[in-house]
Formats: sequence, C-alpha cells, structure tokens
Amino acid sequence: MTMRLGQRFYLREVVSGLGLTAGHFFRNLGRHIGRAVGRRGVPGSVTIQYPEEHRPYAPRLRSLHRLVRREDGSPRCVACMMCETVCPAHCIYIVADEHPNPEIEKVPASFDIDLGKCVFCGYCVEACPEDAIRMDTGILEFSSYSRAGMIYTKEMLLALEPAGPLGKPTSPVPIPADRRV
Amino acid sequence: MIDVGIAFARVAFVMLFVLNTAAILGWVERKQSAIMQDRIGANRASIFGLRVLGLFHPLADTLKMLTKEDFRPARADRLLFVLAPFVSVFFALVAFASIPFGDTLRIGDRVITLQAVTLNVGILYVFAMLSLGVYGVMMAGWSSANNFALMGGQRAAALMISAEVAIGASIIGVIMVYGSLNLMEIVRGQGALLWGWLPKWGIVTQPLAFVLFLTAGIAATKRIPFDTPEGESEIIGYFIEYSGMKFGMFLMTDMVETAVIAGLCTSLFLGGWQVPYLGAGGVQFPWGMTLPLSPLTVTVLQVGAFVVKVSIMIFLLMLIRWTLPRFRYDQAMRLGWLGLFPLSILNIVLTGMVLLALRPS
Repeated sequence: MTMRLGQRFYLREVVSGLGLTAGHFFRNLGRHIGRAVGRRGVPGSVTIQYPEEHRPYAPRLRSLHRLVRREDGSPRCVACMMCETVCPAHCIYIVADEHPNPEIEKVPASFDIDLGKCVFCGYCVEACPEDAIRMDTGILEFSSYSRAGMIYTKEMLLALEPAGPLGKPTSPVPIPADRRV
Repeated sequence: MIDVGIAFARVAFVMLFVLNTAAILGWVERKQSAIMQDRIGANRASIFGLRVLGLFHPLADTLKMLTKEDFRPARADRLLFVLAPFVSVFFALVAFASIPFGDTLRIGDRVITLQAVTLNVGILYVFAMLSLGVYGVMMAGWSSANNFALMGGQRAAALMISAEVAIGASIIGVIMVYGSLNLMEIVRGQGALLWGWLPKWGIVTQPLAFVLFLTAGIAATKRIPFDTPEGESEIIGYFIEYSGMKFGMFLMTDMVETAVIAGLCTSLFLGGWQVPYLGAGGVQFPWGMTLPLSPLTVTVLQVGAFVVKVSIMIFLLMLIRWTLPRFRYDQAMRLGWLGLFPLSILNIVLTGMVLLALRPS
C-alpha cells in the first residue's frame, strides 16, 4: 500500500516506460527500414501476414485426411470399418464392396468423411490396420457454403498428397461438389 | 483585394495543415502503436494494388464512416444530438488559428504575419476554444438519452475543469517570462539567447511548466491515460449512441486536439518557428560564424522548423498514449487538483522570485 515517493510522482516511472516503448519503436523502425532497403536481418515485427505467409506446421500436425493409394492407384483401404467404428464424431461413412482380387478382402465403394463433424482426433489413423488413412496433408483451410459441401468423398481424399517440408501442402484443397469455380 | 487574398491564404494554410494533420494522425497512431508493439499495423487498404504502407486506410475509414447508417436513438434530443459533433470539432479546429507558424514575411512593402489570426490575447483565445470544445461532448452526453453517455459527458466536464485549471496556471509562468499574451510575441521572445549560446526556449526557462502543461494538455485531449470520458472498458463514453461520420467527427476532434496541444506546446515551450541561431538575416552562430540567407529561405526554414517540432510533439503524445495505462476517474481528478494545480502555483511563485532576483536594478 505504501508507495515510494518516486512512485507517487509518477514522472520517473513514466519516463522509464516511455524509454522502453520508444526503444522498441526506433529499434523496430530501423529493422523495417533495413528490410525495406534489402538488408537481411531480424524482422521489425513478429507478425505473420497470414494468407500469404504461413507459420511452419509441426510434422505431427493433424490436418485434412487423405486415403493412401496402392501402386495401381486403388485405395489401400479394405473397408474394415475400424475407423468408422472408432470415430467419436461418427463422421466417416463407408460402403464396402467386393474386391476383384481374391487376396484382398474388400474395397470401399464409397468413403465419405463429413469434415463438418470431424474433431480431428486422429483416432481413425490410429485404428487403421492397413495404414490406409493419414492426416498429413497440411491442409487446414477448407470451407464450404453448405453442410453438404463439407462432405469429402473417396475420390477427393485419394487425390491428396502428403505435406512437404515445414508442413506446406503439396496438393490443392479439394473443391466441394456444390461449389463451382 | 490582395489583402483579402493573403488573409484567405493564411487561414487556408492553417486549416489545411490542421485538417491534414488530423487525417494523417489516424494513420500515424495505428502505425506508430504497431511498430512500438512489434506489429506491422494497417497495411491492407490498396488502390490498384498499391498499398503505400497503409496510407490509404484513413481514406477507407472515412469512406466507410460516410456510407454507414446514421442512426439516431428514438428518445434523443433531435437538435442537440446532431449539433454536438459539429460543436466539438468546430472549436477544436478554430483553436489552432492563433498559433504562429512563422515570423513576419516581407514581400515588397507588404508585411504578412504568418498566423491565421493575429490576436493580442492569442493564448487566452486558444484556451477559450479548447474549453468550449467540452460543450460538444457534454451536449453529446446529454442529448443521447443514454445514462452511459450522460456519465461520459459529466466525466468529460469534470476532467476538463481540473485540466483547464492546471493548463491556465502552468502557462502563467511562461507569460511572466516572456511578458506577453500574444503567442507571436512569446515565440519571438524565445529567439533570444541565454548566456550567449542557449536558445531561450520555454522548456529551458520553464521546465516544470512544460511537464505540467503537457500532462494537463493530454488530459484536455481526452485520450489515454486520461480517457475517463470515453472509458472504453467501463462506460464506452459520451459517443456511445453515435454512428457513422458523426462518430468519426468525435474521433477527429481528438486528433485535432492532439495537433492543437502539440502546436501549443511547440509555441510555448519549444520555440515555435524559431530555429536556433537563425535570425532574420541568416544564421548567426554564437562562436561568431555567420551565414547570410535570403528572407524567403529564412521563412521556409522557420515554417519547416515549426512543422518538424509539431511532428515531434505529436510523436511524443502518441508515445505517451500508447505507453501509459489509463488513470481511474478519481485518480485523474486527484492528479489534476492535488498534483498539477498546486505545482503550477508553486511554479508561478518560483518564476516570480527568480524574475525578481534577476531584475536589472
């Protein structure tokens, strides 16, 4: 409760505070100018200009799912329903079909993920016995004008590629069926 | 006819200076605070893909405000509600009129005072206008038919009174030193040299008054740390019911008042348009070197010095606004009445004693 006399007069503390902020101002201004004239150095701000710049993503980040392909391009998925069963959000819908190759049990006739429901827990990836579903595309910016547009089909998920270095997506965001570009 | 033209040009220069300063201050405020806080700040508004460091943002903001719905609460006082922002911004704009931006300019046999209006009591005029500005705020608070707005208006009035007293008392020292109420004369007086080398600026002769005036001046602009009338986090303030450009005019008032306080600080304490060692004939250094300059060059240098000094003061005011946390309402009152006011009185007494001691007998 007791204040020192110096604090009661505010002035000293005010001046030291102004010194701090002014120091930041001139240091950052110098860095901005240095950058503007082409010198490489510490950036003058910590801002990431989001749509143009991305923060590097961690390698274990769970992003948009993809279905892993076999060498012939068909899905590795055998429609065992493990992911559909484990999914806490009930957002995976699989319709199984016979596979022409008798050595392969089944194949998904359709494999839909409702991303409007998905909670990105990654349980489907953990549950999969065939390593057929992964969440390593690095794609986080998917959106739609309708709920139906958030349902991603087998073909869309099969077309995706794993993310590159720093979590940069290497495949374009799938365009929902209800959106015309 | 030419006299009318000259008078018009003088007023136009001051008006354009103040208005453009106020417009650009919005950008300065956003950019400066951003750089202080390790951010980038507004940089998205563009014309044909040209961003120019976000300089188009004031333009975009103005366009937005002009095209927004101009809402008036059903129970608001129709006349006062509309009048309040105009009153507020008007008195802020005219306050700059008496601040000199240069020495007299001689063209042929014509003597032009570089000041919008030459007044013998210029300093009193500026304070009168600054004080009248609070009427707009009070009208806004009263006519909105909103209790929060009313509280904001009351706070503005109380804050203005406690700040005004301190402002008035703190500049008496300056008036005593330079012996005039005319701002032009005060600035001329600051051109003299102390001990042959130190410019006799107000900040040298009246350092205490400078601090007091600056503090009270910030309080008069109603900005953080003295933003109790606004109080974003508690009562939102006297302009809570305003929208569109009327709200914009209140914002502009704050900016113009910042410019006025900066101009006043410059004129009273930083030597106004004085450049150290620059006289009417040219530069005359205390160690005997002289550099003769044409009268027009001298005038340009002086006006430039004024603009630079005002810019520095605005930078300082912005720095203070973005550094200090805000005072609570009672703290602001206490600071005004128990801090600034007695210290200003002390300053007057001290100045009087020093002047008496230095009086040539």
